[in-house]
Amino acid sequence: MEELLRSIPILGESILLYLVLAALPLVFMLLYALVTVWVEMKVSAHIQDRLAYMRTGPHGVAQPIADVLKLLQKENTVPATADKFLHALSPYLVFAGTYGAFAAIPFSSAYIGSNIDLGVFYLVAVSSIVVVGILMAGWASNNKWSLFGAVRSAAQIISYEIPAALAILVAVMISESLNLQVVSRLQQGGIQDWIVFGGALPLTQKLLVMPFTIIAFLMLLIAGIAEVNRTPFDLPEAESELVQGYNTEYSGMRFAVFYMAEYANMFVVAAIAASLFLGGWASPFGEFLSGPIWGFVWIVAKGMFIVFVQIWVRWTLPRLRVDQLMYTAWKVMIPALFLCVFAVGLILVL
Amino acid sequence: MTNAVSDYFRTIWKAISTIAIGLKTTFPHLFTPSVTLQYPDQKMKLPERVRNRLYVNIDDCIGCDQCSLACPVDCITIETIKSTPDQDLGVTSTGHKKRLHVPQFDIDIAKCCYCGLCVYPCPTECIVMTDVYEFSEYDRHNLVYNFSRMVPQDIETAKAKLKKAEEEAAAKKAAAAAAKAASADSAPGQSKPPAS
Repeated sequence: MEELLRSIPILGESILLYLVLAALPLVFMLLYALVTVWVEMKVSAHIQDRLAYMRTGPHGVAQPIADVLKLLQKENTVPATADKFLHALSPYLVFAGTYGAFAAIPFSSAYIGSNIDLGVFYLVAVSSIVVVGILMAGWASNNKWSLFGAVRSAAQIISYEIPAALAILVAVMISESLNLQVVSRLQQGGIQDWIVFGGALPLTQKLLVMPFTIIAFLMLLIAGIAEVNRTPFDLPEAESELVQGYNTEYSGMRFAVFYMAEYANMFVVAAIAASLFLGGWASPFGEFLSGPIWGFVWIVAKGMFIVFVQIWVRWTLPRLRVDQLMYTAWKVMIPALFLCVFAVGLILVL
Repeated sequence: MTNAVSDYFRTIWKAISTIAIGLKTTFPHLFTPSVTLQYPDQKMKLPERVRNRLYVNIDDCIGCDQCSLACPVDCITIETIKSTPDQDLGVTSTGHKKRLHVPQFDIDIAKCCYCGLCVYPCPTECIVMTDVYEFSEYDRHNLVYNFSRMVPQDIETAKAKLKKAEEEAAAKKAAAAAAKAASADSAPGQSKPPAS
């Protein structure tokens, strides 16, 4: 990708080249958010035997665009007692944390924002910036609902980072790399080489490791849903309890930025899970349908499948209580994942 | 101790199995046809004897006021003017002879409770409940429906005619009374006291 852009004369060796490279995930993110908002509404409606948007274009495909236009026109209200500076800053901080995560996601064998060796570590670290932004939003709004939502969000995300990191560790132990590009390349052999099915290990090791990798993959999905604050882990914005949680006091474009960050975060979580366990941009048929462009199609397809699962779960399960949330993280997921890490390590050593 | 351990695993199993049941329940619904209607385009079929907006076929109205009397919320206002013998208002489709002008037949549909009680007493079946239910208005006053087709001029004419006829009748009566009085004067012994 970099070589391709370098061949365009205007870009050449200039800083513009890197600006274009950096803007590519942003373009993807905007388009993805529009599609996912529509998909979310459609899936939620069809699960409830309704139809959702039907008026704007065929089956309401233009509705997300209409929503964005509406939000752009809306007044940007700031509460009189709010901390104006932090209130204005927090949506962009949340967005920056999410956008930062896109840098280390391998979109195809030819494109990754930053091909760093500590890619997975960087992703785990940078996605925690979102917590700071959410806490900031809750605190700056000077509203009880917002603060409750923010505190819950912080408690929840910090709790669920641990199982997420442990689940990632299982995949990293098998692939022996923290670079997602390398991890994806290791899974190129086809569906049987995906780490969720034990990776490219010898057969006996693979079969022994498989139950643990499947558990780790499912745990990563669960922790991912919790990290993006979605039902059944949507306590930070529990509509029935906290109005709208940390973004209660936001309107107009700032609300839209929060909203988009949430949807983009869903894809980050999905892309991490897809890259680590489902082969990333690698084709499930080995050499067939592989290549840089197909790679992009595959990772987006895998990511969107996980996003669909997140939506499906959201419209199926009710919200957890706070104690149930903590119980799930600390008493179930973390012990189970420690067991997985221990078992996988033992199998790999032997 | 063992009890606590088995409870722990039972809880986890329960959570996993119930989540699976939930997901299994919702997934087929993605493909079931929607139960909702796209309202302005598609409409639900109404029952045959549905009671919605009132309609009055004013040509058949004989001004008997029975619907107005039956109305429990007094949403029907009827005013009538008697016709004079020289006017022929025609007959209704049910064969009743019309004897009254109906200069005002107002139904305040905002007050109407759709009970249908006004429909039953009507001798000519001119007041009916239709299946029209989309008649919202921006102004409340637009919900007062005027069914009478008489213009102010017609009303004036009818009133003038009635007044003239009444005056004529009164004059005739006076003349008759005068004549009676005159005849009584001529024969006082035969006069009787008028009936109360």
